[in-house]
Amino acid sequence: MSFVLKINGASHTIDADGDTPLLWVLRDVLQMTGTKFGCGMALCGACTVHLDGAATRSCITTIDSVGDAAITTIEAIGQSEAGRKVQRAWLDLDVVQCGYCQSGQIMSATALLMSNAHPTDGDINDAMSGNVCRCGTYNRIRDAIKLAAGAKP
Amino acid sequence: MTLTIVSRADAAALSRRTFLKASATAAGGLALAFVVPGRSEAAGAENGALNGFVRIEPDGRVHLTIPMVEMGQGTYTSLAMLLAEELEVKLDSIVPEHAPPNDALYANPILHEQSTGLSASTRGFWLPLRQAGAAARIMLVTAAAQRWKADPAKCTAKAGVITDPSGKRSLPYREVVQAAAQIRPPALDQIKLKAPGQFSLIGTSPKRLEAAGKVSGRTRFGIDAIEPGMKFAAIAISPVGGGKPKQVNQAAALAIKGVRQVVVIDEAVAIIADHTGAAKKGLEAAAIQWDDGPNAQVNSQSIVAQLKAGSETSGVIARNEGNVEQAFAKAARRFDAVFELPFLAHAAMEPMNCTVHLRKDACEIWVGTQVPTVTQTRVAALTGLQKDAVILHNQFLGGGFGRRLEPDGTLLAVKIARHVDGPVKVIWSREEDIQHDIYRPYYYDRISAAVDEAGNPVAWHHRVCGSSVVARFAPPLFKNGLDFDAVEGAAEPPYALPNILVDYVRVEPASITTGFWRGVGPVHNVFIVESFIDELAFAAKQDPVAYRRRLLSKNPRALAVLNLAAEKAGWGQPMPAGKARGISLQFAFGSYLSQVAEVAVDTKGKVRVERIVCAVDCGIAVTPSMIEAQVQSGTIFGLTAALRGAITIKDGRVEQSNFDSYPPMRIDEVPRIETHIVPSTENPGGLGEAATAIVAPAVTNAIFAATGRRIRKLPIEEV
Ligand code: FES
Ligand code: FES
Repeated sequence: MSFVLKINGASHTIDADGDTPLLWVLRDVLQMTGTKFGCGMALCGACTVHLDGAATRSCITTIDSVGDAAITTIEAIGQSEAGRKVQRAWLDLDVVQCGYCQSGQIMSATALLMSNAHPTDGDINDAMSGNVCRCGTYNRIRDAIKLAAGAKP
Repeated sequence: MTLTIVSRADAAALSRRTFLKASATAAGGLALAFVVPGRSEAAGAENGALNGFVRIEPDGRVHLTIPMVEMGQGTYTSLAMLLAEELEVKLDSIVPEHAPPNDALYANPILHEQSTGLSASTRGFWLPLRQAGAAARIMLVTAAAQRWKADPAKCTAKAGVITDPSGKRSLPYREVVQAAAQIRPPALDQIKLKAPGQFSLIGTSPKRLEAAGKVSGRTRFGIDAIEPGMKFAAIAISPVGGGKPKQVNQAAALAIKGVRQVVVIDEAVAIIADHTGAAKKGLEAAAIQWDDGPNAQVNSQSIVAQLKAGSETSGVIARNEGNVEQAFAKAARRFDAVFELPFLAHAAMEPMNCTVHLRKDACEIWVGTQVPTVTQTRVAALTGLQKDAVILHNQFLGGGFGRRLEPDGTLLAVKIARHVDGPVKVIWSREEDIQHDIYRPYYYDRISAAVDEAGNPVAWHHRVCGSSVVARFAPPLFKNGLDFDAVEGAAEPPYALPNILVDYVRVEPASITTGFWRGVGPVHNVFIVESFIDELAFAAKQDPVAYRRRLLSKNPRALAVLNLAAEKAGWGQPMPAGKARGISLQFAFGSYLSQVAEVAVDTKGKVRVERIVCAVDCGIAVTPSMIEAQVQSGTIFGLTAALRGAITIKDGRVEQSNFDSYPPMRIDEVPRIETHIVPSTENPGGLGEAATAIVAPAVTNAIFAATGRRIRKLPIEEV
């Protein structure tokens, strides 16, 4: 079967089984490797993308479930104001280490700020605890979200 | 590896005969390479500019081939800073590049091979990179001075621009690189390096050079390799070590849309497909049955029993000073304890993966590895190809932690690629990654101390018992049955211990392969030593900080970090009920650390670590913000393991499989981690692993202070 996916503003026709996870279509079929694989079970957040602005784990999102939702990936997140601010804050505070989890962290943080301009620590915990970082960059992630939100970290 | 290696690091490790060789690059720039006579000729370094360590091109960019891999520790930035400091260029004019495998050109001077580990990168390249930078600067300045007919000693260089003695004329580097390439580099012993007080870049915290790609998804990790015509493989490895596939439903797998091929090899099955989604679906359809082989009876209990029995026999002596037996016999009181630490998986965020294109005459590999040269050699042996026909493209690593010191993932991918026409990317599932790791050894240690009337230790016996990583990983370093890494942190605790015996019993559990894990030897020994010292302090009815202080009169750097951590943490100030502080101290990887943990224990015994204060003396702090990042990173890595990290074995199989059964710490439960750096002019120590080793005892000592519960077996939470 073929599916039409709207990704970062462009339409792509994908010929694959409907139960194929979006993650592998992005990474392997479309060669958009910014979205990462970490667990395949919605346990780590490395694969986070936005579906109509909501943070979504692409590893368990099958392509037949996407419909005409707009998919945004890390490659295009800097085109939104919130995404740009988050990336800027990430650079200002030197958040990244190995960097592997950071696409997902930035996607989750951006979704948070798009729906909640001034998150509390509790809001940050709720929005970000699905994203694992084995390098342990969590202190700086929290500070960077606050910086992006315009608050003093 | 402080025991054996610090002395070599202090000697700066580069051979006396080493010299710098300059040549012109194809684009008309200047290339510099270190040449070790007899070693580098073979590598072609004498002739070609191609392999230059440092290349300054006519566009003014400085290309630095970074011999160590970037896995999050910030080495691309820190090593570039060492070069930039003496070269007098802005850091952002340096372009870090991945190094190809070549021990002759890129070996770490401490480790004697091109591997990234043991927190040795800054230590190993501290001297050579500054020398290379200074030599290039001297040559550039000389070239400019020749053009001006001026005295080079009176010319100055700053931010990539040379200024003449009058201060009126100046030339950017790019205009003199071609001329500089014709100038003979200064001999290494003629190069005068800056004294610590003259540094302008070292000691500052510039932003990481590679960060922009990592926040935009552009950075390519091993798993992101793309080759034209590439296929994707999902794999299943025998769940029991030594087992084999017995039955594979190939037809069902091939019936899945996008599946191209089923590859069955000795120990694994791979489904080759157009994308990983199809490959995974094919793998499930293949409904593989396994012949478990001889190890299906192995379980954690049998392994622990084997280790326990080993710990009851005497071992190979790592250190024996004074008269331990006599001191025990005469002492007022004696304490004995057994400590156990579990197997641990690495669980780097980037699961194991490797892309291979095997042709008749060459094998091309894309992987993020801590050991490029070892991998190349092993692939050559496996395929029968010459080493230089094995082309390894090293990539950014999505975490290493010691897992990527092992070439097994690449070898497996090559075995699969033998059956595949064209390039194939092999990605392990998280389950495969956790269940087929090379684990941190299980340790079953015994420790005893005798104390005098005042409660001070007068005899100390620590027996380390576990498998030997060194014996498997680097057999020549396994001397007389002693694994120097397994006893590191045990053999030389920072304290004055007049009679000390440390011995090592090697026990290899069947079918479990063990390897280096972030923090290596110290991560297990520091937990034991610091827990036990704490026990002695409480037995002596003394404050744990005051007790340690008394044993540190001959160790001023250790005493200073202990005092700093205690002071910054507000040691001694009252805490509410159910909360307490604990402290720990270590010397490892050439650095001194002390940590205070504040914990809260609720009525059900659930532990929450609320704050960590860490004092660090790592010599000259090359990049303070990176040190802070590594302290946070190492602490969380060690804390995760201490709280709940354990790999257990049942019926020969690893019981944990994904982040649900091997749970990492998440943002909602990590403490704030404060780092305080002691100013120093000593040569830099290593820091990528130090905090991983120090955190567990700070936490368990705090739990004891809060509850009276002494934890001698990790993890803290029941598994
Ligand atoms: S890969 Fe999707 S949540 Fe981990
Ligand atoms: S930066 Fe390495 S896993 Fe988050």
